[in-house]
Amino acid sequence: MIVLKLLAIVFLTVVTAAAQDSAEILKRMKAMEDRIIALETELRTLKAERAAPVAQAAVSTPQPPPEMPPPPPEPPVQLGGAGAAAAKALNPDVAVIGDFLGAAGKGGPNGPPALEMHESEAAFQAILDPYARADFFISFGQHGVDLEEGFITFTSLPWGLQLRAGKMRAAFGKVNSLHNHVLPWADRPLVIQNLVGGEDGINDAGFSLSRILPSPKGLFLEGTAQIFKGDSEGVFSARNRKDVSTVEHLRAFRDLSESTNLDLGVSYARGHSAIADSSNQLYSIDATLRWKPLRRAVYHSFIARSEFIWDRSRQGQLDASGLIAGSIAPPPPALRFATPISRPFGYYASADYQIAQRWFLGGRFDRSDELLNSALRDTGGSAILTFWPSEFSQIRTQFRRTRYGDKLTANELLFQLQFSIGAHGAHPF
Amino acid sequence: MQRSKLAVIGGLFASLLTSQAFAAKLNVVTTTEDLAAIAREIGGDKVDADSIAKGYQDPHFVEPKPSFLLRLQKANLLVAVGLQLEIGWLPPLVTQSRNPKIQPSAGGYLEVSGFCKIAEIPRGQVSRADGDVHPMGNPHFWLDPENGRRIGKGLADKFSQMQPGDAAYFAQRYAEFDKKLTAAIKGWDAKMAPYKGRKVITYHRSWPNFCEHFGIVVAEYVEPKPGIPPSPSHSLDLINLMNRENIKLILVEPYFDLRTPNSIAQKTNGKVVQLMPSVGGVKEIKDYFQLFDYDISRLADAFATMK
Repeated sequence: MIVLKLLAIVFLTVVTAAAQDSAEILKRMKAMEDRIIALETELRTLKAERAAPVAQAAVSTPQPPPEMPPPPPEPPVQLGGAGAAAAKALNPDVAVIGDFLGAAGKGGPNGPPALEMHESEAAFQAILDPYARADFFISFGQHGVDLEEGFITFTSLPWGLQLRAGKMRAAFGKVNSLHNHVLPWADRPLVIQNLVGGEDGINDAGFSLSRILPSPKGLFLEGTAQIFKGDSEGVFSARNRKDVSTVEHLRAFRDLSESTNLDLGVSYARGHSAIADSSNQLYSIDATLRWKPLRRAVYHSFIARSEFIWDRSRQGQLDASGLIAGSIAPPPPALRFATPISRPFGYYASADYQIAQRWFLGGRFDRSDELLNSALRDTGGSAILTFWPSEFSQIRTQFRRTRYGDKLTANELLFQLQFSIGAHGAHPF
Repeated sequence: MQRSKLAVIGGLFASLLTSQAFAAKLNVVTTTEDLAAIAREIGGDKVDADSIAKGYQDPHFVEPKPSFLLRLQKANLLVAVGLQLEIGWLPPLVTQSRNPKIQPSAGGYLEVSGFCKIAEIPRGQVSRADGDVHPMGNPHFWLDPENGRRIGKGLADKFSQMQPGDAAYFAQRYAEFDKKLTAAIKGWDAKMAPYKGRKVITYHRSWPNFCEHFGIVVAEYVEPKPGIPPSPSHSLDLINLMNRENIKLILVEPYFDLRTPNSIAQKTNGKVVQLMPSVGGVKEIKDYFQLFDYDISRLADAFATMK
């Protein structure tokens, strides 16, 4: 009996002591954890300051006082994520985007071949210094390598200004400034093909200056002025240094509600014509309506966009055979103003609806006069279905029917596969 | 005479300047509502804090709308979560903001992940075969209230550095926040104590810090991999796992579709619980404390009904 009592007393004492101990240990562990966090933060700051790669320093856990039993092993506390990237920290973000295109059916004059690796775009992007960032997009196409864009953006200018210098897609309209892989279609609208240089568009070396303009509350107004060398295939062609081209763009954006917004733009571009010895002027109005319910943003969205483009230039000179020549050689003075002024016009209207997390359904209507003969009008329509296996790849089929001005009708089925590796690029808006 | 006049004018000017400097509020823009809520706790009436993403929105996918630029243009400080949570939308906004103060290299840009305990830091090779992985660790760390405390401390230090005149004010606000949080954590811990060790399924990997703090075990996810939508075969695996291990609860964020979780719950006699990962997820969650009040009470109730 006595033995039992004694045992019970001993047991109770041990249990209370253990409970006290474990409370004490917990308290100490908490203190230690905080200390480790403080130390690691300090270490991270030091590492960042030194910039040079620092070996993975193990933060030693402060030794407990000798009378304490050693604390149970605990996974090390990690602060601020992995530090292994430190050695490569100064490399730019690199991404490669592949664009594989296939086509079937009766094609038009400039339709894609049956199968092609249409473009592989390499992107290198990084913050340059405290005042600027740099972006390079190099495009490996079917016919060689091209610097699609390469520019520096000064982000720390006074008076709310932003300056870009380098080669860039001009801020003319909406589609011109977008890369292929962010378009909701496998091709570009007819009006862009006919009047704004097709896939390359107005893309030239120059400066771009933009500013957010003062506006009533809730309205975003941005003005952009750009000056370029004056060469953009099919749109502008500079004969000498004076033939620079300019692009002006005014953008207005307003949230109509939390989930709906309207984006409007007007643009003007002027340069020396690529097909005649005179100026070429382009005017555009673009509108984009977006709907994306925030609670269901992962699953549903709707985008409607439209762009109207007017061109005003002299038609090309007629050559001996009576055809319009693509030559830019200055004609004899007597003929200089003989060619008539041409005013081709075109537009597209498109809508895309996200039917499920990975599925998008879209349609587009196209109409555009031809540049070389504005009496000829091309009309087309497309239906597009896109599937995104993940955020980094998409599979698209597009049925395209085009009736060219000269009565040729093309029915094509386009198939596009786009895939991207490397750094997680931002989603364009 | 002339000199004294000058002195008076100078004095007036100086006092005007200083009073303006003191009266100026720090204009803070945060990426998520949780950070704005903590910034308000610490900043009090010396700070205007406003967030870009709404609490009921998936913070991975926010549209970088130009209207956000208007707010960013005037910000003194931009506070981001970090760990690439905002990588899909914040960089273009910052670049276009025309605000030198909030560029990543400037003093007005702060990622709070640097203060916090981070879960799920990938070891070894990271690849997108694992879905939309965050190579620097799981960015949903604000759901551990201890990390909330650390964010509070970090913000107090940052505010004091930017507005040294109010350093004592921020320090005092932090001390109050710290005290209030300690008391609140005690309450939350007590409420969750009976359910320690229970297993749950979550939709996305949003809850590792939350679950670790409260001793809940996340057994699996509804998404087969982060960012990859549920698939029938994975759902079947989940059903088997839940039946085998008697797991009853599926935690879902407000921005995910409930169809798959509901059908899994139906087949396992389980229950779907919509928890809020952020302040503002529902109207009644107005601050950081109410976020945990809401989630803990929902979770505790669900555990209690599912024995």
